[in-house]
Amino acid sequence: MPAVQETIDQVRSIDVDQYKYGFETEVEMEKSPRGLSEDVIRFISAKKGEPEWMLQWRLDAYKRWLTMKEPAWARVSYDKVDYNDIYYYAAPKKNQAPKSLDEVDPEILKTYEKLGIPLREQEILAGVEPERRVAVDAVFDSVSVATTFKEELSKAGVIFMPISEAIREYPDLVRQYMGSVVPVTDNFFATLNSAVFTDGSFVYIPPGVRCPMELSTYFRINEKNTGQFERTLIIADKGSYVSYLEGCTAPKRDENQLHAAVVELVALDDAEIKYSTVQNWYPGDAEGRGGIYNFVTKRGDCRGKNSVITWTQVETGSAITWKYPSCILRGDGSRGEFYSIAVSNGMQQVDSGTKMIHLGKNTTSRIISKGIAAGKSENTYRGLVSAHRKATGARNFTNCDSLLIGNQCGAHTVPYIESKNATAVFEHEATTSKISEDQMFYCQQRGLSEEEATALIVNGFVKDVLQQLPMEFAVEAQKLISISLEGSVG
Amino acid sequence: MLEIKNLVVQIEDKRILNGLNLTVNKGEMAAIMGPNGSGKSTLSYVIAGKEDYEVLDGEILLDGQNLLEMEADQRAAAGVFLAFQYPLEIPGVASMTFLKATLNAQRKARGEAELTTPDFIKRVNAAAQQLEIPKDMLKRALNVGFSGGEKKRMEILQMALLQPNFCILDETDSGLDIDALRIVSEGVNALRSPDRAFLVITHYQRLLNHIVPDTVHVMSAGRIVKTGGKELALELEATGYADYRETEAA
Amino acid sequence: MADVTLMKTPAETALAQAFESAKTLLPGNVESRSQAFELFTQRGLPHRRVEEFKYTDLRAVLRDIAPFASAPSADEAKAALQAAQALAGVEALQVPFVNGHFVRNAVDLGALPEGVEIVPLAEALASGHDWLARLSPVKWASENPVYQLNTSFMADGVMIRIAGTVDTPIHLRFVTAAASAVATATRILVLVEEGASVTLLETHESTDGANHQPNDVVEIIAGDRTNVQHVRVNAEGDKALALSTLALKVGGEALFNSINVVAGSATSRHQVFAVLAGENTNLRVNGATMLKGSQHGDSTLVVEHAAPYCESRELFKTVIDNEATGVFQGKIIVPHHAQKTDGRMMSAALLLEEGGSMNNKPELEIFADDVQCAHGATCGQLDEDLLFYLMARGLPKKEAESLLVQAFLGEAVEFVENEGAREALIGTVEGWLKARA
Repeated sequence: MPAVQETIDQVRSIDVDQYKYGFETEVEMEKSPRGLSEDVIRFISAKKGEPEWMLQWRLDAYKRWLTMKEPAWARVSYDKVDYNDIYYYAAPKKNQAPKSLDEVDPEILKTYEKLGIPLREQEILAGVEPERRVAVDAVFDSVSVATTFKEELSKAGVIFMPISEAIREYPDLVRQYMGSVVPVTDNFFATLNSAVFTDGSFVYIPPGVRCPMELSTYFRINEKNTGQFERTLIIADKGSYVSYLEGCTAPKRDENQLHAAVVELVALDDAEIKYSTVQNWYPGDAEGRGGIYNFVTKRGDCRGKNSVITWTQVETGSAITWKYPSCILRGDGSRGEFYSIAVSNGMQQVDSGTKMIHLGKNTTSRIISKGIAAGKSENTYRGLVSAHRKATGARNFTNCDSLLIGNQCGAHTVPYIESKNATAVFEHEATTSKISEDQMFYCQQRGLSEEEATALIVNGFVKDVLQQLPMEFAVEAQKLISISLEGSVG
Repeated sequence: MLEIKNLVVQIEDKRILNGLNLTVNKGEMAAIMGPNGSGKSTLSYVIAGKEDYEVLDGEILLDGQNLLEMEADQRAAAGVFLAFQYPLEIPGVASMTFLKATLNAQRKARGEAELTTPDFIKRVNAAAQQLEIPKDMLKRALNVGFSGGEKKRMEILQMALLQPNFCILDETDSGLDIDALRIVSEGVNALRSPDRAFLVITHYQRLLNHIVPDTVHVMSAGRIVKTGGKELALELEATGYADYRETEAA
Repeated sequence: MADVTLMKTPAETALAQAFESAKTLLPGNVESRSQAFELFTQRGLPHRRVEEFKYTDLRAVLRDIAPFASAPSADEAKAALQAAQALAGVEALQVPFVNGHFVRNAVDLGALPEGVEIVPLAEALASGHDWLARLSPVKWASENPVYQLNTSFMADGVMIRIAGTVDTPIHLRFVTAAASAVATATRILVLVEEGASVTLLETHESTDGANHQPNDVVEIIAGDRTNVQHVRVNAEGDKALALSTLALKVGGEALFNSINVVAGSATSRHQVFAVLAGENTNLRVNGATMLKGSQHGDSTLVVEHAAPYCESRELFKTVIDNEATGVFQGKIIVPHHAQKTDGRMMSAALLLEEGGSMNNKPELEIFADDVQCAHGATCGQLDEDLLFYLMARGLPKKEAESLLVQAFLGEAVEFVENEGAREALIGTVEGWLKARA
């Protein structure tokens, strides 16, 4: 099969040149001392001007973390992370709590422009095309540098700000909800995050409010040897609605960088949260040097009756992805959805999926996962669907499909389906296949090159998930998938 | 226009074409008939450039260009179109999206500008109307859940849009009822022009009542064994392929 | 796994003591037993944090180790076999075991059907028979703690060689008859020579319903172009803790069809480890499990497509009544070179009443790109519309349920080729349903 041989050759040559976000920005940085200790945590807390309770929370988490072990059950292998060789805090020097975009270092604004997020224009264009507006919170290494549309959002009663600010300005809300979905002691990476998190977004939608625009956060790791530990907390009060999108990029570096974020979502009665991620951290080069370790804990709590949480993710980056956005379906009649596209190429390793935990009556969940493995990558779907004793009438439908491109990669499916309630109905189906040679020939006979044909067929394969993304991000995601797979066919 | 000389082809060590010679001229409607297993479909795949076949000898020239040196997509851009006997399904890709992608890929390969969306839609709608293809079918994923007749009409729609100069119709009549056969044939006949040649591969004479050939070739055991006018098809209908099977056994 | 604490549970200590006192008394090479037991000891009894035993925590279930059974007297064996019922009506060559020991005088080893050769395992172990070298053909089994325990303690069994077409089914009857709980460890090795075909029936039961602890292993090495039909019935008493392993290595262009029907045991775990070692082989592994009360039934399966162009079909049906728990763990492995693999695995469970549980873990592990693999898993109740339809036609609810459950399990049973065995299995299902009503 010559095509396969060429595939292999091409795959060898890719990666380094494909990652177009691999530039670095020259900004003067202020950093914490290297390594992790109580002093470093005190330093971070002081930098953020945090109240005493927050510091205490962090220190408790740190003590707990010291007793914990890094999880080893995922199907990923990597060199051990030296947690004492990381800077846990890095912030652009000029940025001491910018009051407006004008105070933000122009170098940073340029970076975001390069990434396709012109923060400035977002504001200028406001009103021109009102239904397309997106409020953006941009996080550069450890701090949030700019949040747009603040004013207009606050008119609607929506709070959207860096979490560091929210801790100072809305301590009661933060205290009530932070750690209530992902407990401090949840897992190794979440506990580490609880100790050292530097920034992230905070969103609160008041009762009955439909957030007037998409909310979005862009994360950028820029500085060398830094870890990024952001923490996001979104609360949708009764009957409210919000759609939130996060995007991530990082420069190319030879060493591995750690990203250990925590995202907590709380949906009260009749509220709905849509959380979309386009993850494009640097994946490392063709030999597997460098790249981001993406160890993320994301969990949503459908706390209220008839609440809805939808996770949509397009994962194309990172050397290693360890990520299971989950829903706790606590409220009666609540619904959880998970739509995922995970593309791996080169030496990437992905172990991702979801957990749908049915606790309440008549709760429903839906999982659509599309994994695409190329190059020498490993792509694993790992998911849990469980119905507890009281989850009468629970329903789940799961579909996970994997596509392999080339025969040096692996695609794996590891679902756990546990029902303790006779009235629960769970259906699970999974397939693994490849792009058929006949399909390829058909497309080529109509004039498409092998690469165009692959992109077209792959886009068809992932369509069910792409449709879940807000329009403009769907287009971006589609391009990203094509770029990620460039060179994966000969 | 198309010239095939001494073509010898095998697949997995099995000889399928045995020194086949064939010429199709500009503006000609040529038909190839023959019993099952005589190598008709193989011939169409080899012209279009399917990879599984090993060409041991011979050449295929299209207007003097050596097709055998080109990839399938390059041959398509050069004007070769194969209407498949079994068109492939592509889940998740709307027919409209597919048509646009292919048309623009070919235009790009020929150094032409991409079509604007309104212009493209105008062309598709005109062609679809003629083939009685409803608009909602164009929104559905390509060939997924289409009936046999719908798939064949979609093939002819693509042919009409891509405006190839050498068209191969591989058993296009299989699986068509009488109405669908009429619609498809009218679609093909509308595309006949002095600059375009056709190679119609069929097992039965039925299709040739609707698409009247200039030349009829009889294929057996991987070779053209007889060539004549349209009356040859009628003759075959009456006598069957029995005479030619012997050649195969030999 | 350096962080595992080496504290032994009382059961593990008891096993160690049992092994120390038994190892020199058991037949054969002490060395190889000791090796197996050493491997077992390294990890101990598997518990819920050991991934493969996540849903069947042997450390929790196996608290007291029953004493290993000694060989029965001729009268005891005769009485036990007379009382045994499972697949008793199927015409076959009977190869009986009572309390884990081959009943030597029940079979005339000199007058076996043509193509069948049987060697008692205890004798073979003692004399170092040639075929012993072919034990443990599948590494997935060798790495398994239940299998390691069997290798450590195996007291008896048979080795069977099949050549040519053997028309008479071979019925391996395992019967336990003892006043109080006993443990048994039997090992069967079946060598199916190239081109041979055979039907193997395997039944496991006890005449007294005590809380026995059988741990049996059947290993089958089937050569190229073989056809093996295998039917296994777990009809143990309701207090038994039954562990079993089927390890298969199948050559090319072969057919292998196996079903395990579970209708007994307080806790059962049947493990299948299959390696398809030659091209164009067709494997089917089915399961039909009926659980009630607080029974726990585990079906665990690993199918490795070690050669290209093979097809495997796995269909497991589990019916759960009362507060029983069903487990299905299945894994299809396709290495890089096993192109054109076609693997399909399905697990379906019915929960008849509030309080039951089902745990499904169907896995795919795929490294080859030109394959078609799929798995599905469902769990839920009987279709209410169907139930209503049948009731509207006049069937009482229990009968309507029985009819639907029978159809549900029937889909797994219908692949049994031997007609007598198939009918007997349907009878087993009917009996189970009748006991329920």
